[in-house]
Amino acid sequence: MLDVKNLSVKLGGAQILENVSFTAREGEWLMILGPNGAGKSTLVNAISGGVPYTGEVRLDGENVHRMKPRVRARKLGVLSQNHHVSYAFTVEEIVRMGRYAHARGLFSPRSGEDEAHFLDAVEKTGLSGFLNQSVLTVSGGEMQRAFLAQLLCQDPRLMLLDEPTNHLDPKYQKQIFDLVRRWVAQSGRCVVSVVHDLSLARAYGTHALLLKDGRVCASGGIRAVLTDEHLRQVYDMDVSGWMRTLYEGWTEETT
Amino acid sequence: MAAIRKRNGFSVLLWVLLPLATLVTLTICVSVGSVRVPLKDTFTVILCTIFGEDVPAHILHPAIIARVRLPRVLCVALVGASLSLCGASMQGLLKNPLADGSTLGVSSGASLGAVVAIAFGVSIPGLALAGTVGMAMLFAFLSLLFILTLAFHLDRSLSTNTIILIGVVYSMFVSSAMSLIVTFASDRLRQITFWTMGSLAGSSYTNALMLLVAFIVFGGAILLHAGELNAFAVGEDNARFIGVNVRRVKLRLLVCVSALIGVCVSIGGSIGFVGLVTPHIVRLLTGPNHKRLLPACAFGGAIFLMLSDLVARTLLSPLELPIGVVTSLIGAALFIYIFAKSGRKSRA
Repeated sequence: MLDVKNLSVKLGGAQILENVSFTAREGEWLMILGPNGAGKSTLVNAISGGVPYTGEVRLDGENVHRMKPRVRARKLGVLSQNHHVSYAFTVEEIVRMGRYAHARGLFSPRSGEDEAHFLDAVEKTGLSGFLNQSVLTVSGGEMQRAFLAQLLCQDPRLMLLDEPTNHLDPKYQKQIFDLVRRWVAQSGRCVVSVVHDLSLARAYGTHALLLKDGRVCASGGIRAVLTDEHLRQVYDMDVSGWMRTLYEGWTEETT
Repeated sequence: MAAIRKRNGFSVLLWVLLPLATLVTLTICVSVGSVRVPLKDTFTVILCTIFGEDVPAHILHPAIIARVRLPRVLCVALVGASLSLCGASMQGLLKNPLADGSTLGVSSGASLGAVVAIAFGVSIPGLALAGTVGMAMLFAFLSLLFILTLAFHLDRSLSTNTIILIGVVYSMFVSSAMSLIVTFASDRLRQITFWTMGSLAGSSYTNALMLLVAFIVFGGAILLHAGELNAFAVGEDNARFIGVNVRRVKLRLLVCVSALIGVCVSIGGSIGFVGLVTPHIVRLLTGPNHKRLLPACAFGGAIFLMLSDLVARTLLSPLELPIGVVTSLIGAALFIYIFAKSGRKSRA
């Protein structure tokens, strides 16, 4: 479904990404992992057309760079980690903007399909109580859910998530990850996400792409990628050992 | 307030009360002045002028209404509507509540264009105003392009402070360029100062017609992009994600905004802060959704500028203040208020 070939990004003379290639197929949730500065967010930005790159990004065989913006938005949706909204839009207005790519003409009235997608997105994200609230007054978790609802409303086939639950409480992290897992389980869909938390990545991802210094270190099934050896190579420390110690603390207290 | 915030469907405040208020303000502004004409008579004269009928003989000074005040007030209303629409769309496009033709320096750029046209005699034969209007439009667009490119290179996020700073520097540059031109073309000094002060005294129906055409063409195009402006107001990245053709829409809006500002400046001079004050007040009523905000701003801007013009004409009567003095006084106070408020928010 998503084919990235020899993607390189140079920003201000610095090589951020070098010859990154990978494939994500239907039904997969690909986790992009790696230490700070590995180029994870840049990779997501390049795929969504936010930074210039060399190489090829194809979605269902079609060059993403050459697609018309609306056509692309019907296939590919993005959720970023931070939202700095300056104006008091309501949650409902934010969510409905997701239907932009599906509007047919200038004066096209809202179709039944738009309404169905809107209601479905609101229901799934549990936002029905917040629809009339201004996004300037909602909490970080509600804000992120509003933009996730916008993305669900957009109804793309591929979701790109850039650290979607950064700064969120465990409760919202779980909510959002569970929701995305149910979403990708439906046919013809795929998720590519940048995640910092390796435990989360391991629990929810089906596949992984491990980056270091802008290069692919390992890719494939999540378990095959997240081996002790790969992690030590990328993070210069015994990551899995540390994870185990962390979680041991929890098991001791509960037993 | 709740009536207009209603998300969908027909809004009484927006489509009935605001147009009505605009008409009432227009009639009042036409009737009040050094010679006071009763409201009823004013209305009769306006109707007679529109339908080309003879004015009843008992009405005194019909010429003051029909030939002097009505074209002037019409021009004021159209300039107010256009500048507010431009301000609102720039604030949405740049996601910055302080953006406006005057704060960015676009209006000063446009006046520079007009001044250059006068000083160097740029004109198109047969069309008296075409030289100044064309140059004002061109300079407005180039100024906007220059300011935004510079701002983008200095600070990719186009933060409030960067934009305001560049606007200030650019306005200073423009005023020194103007002084330079004035030194070389001192014989046209009177004509030139007019453009820098802003005045709509002596407006004709031709001017009003030109403003109306510009408003319909460029203002209409801006109104058609309300949905895209909403997306930009949330964030340019978000606009790209949901499928807005960012480059194309941005360019279109910048062209429309600078063309409209160019026409307004070449007819009324640079009138500051209208595009800042109106959208800010109107947003309190309509919320930030541009589908309601833009039309409400057009009406609100017309009302605001007509009232400002009324104050400018009558406050120190028979002396007349430049209209820009009134709007800038109100605008500067509001500017400080918004700046302090947004500063508090970013520090929090």
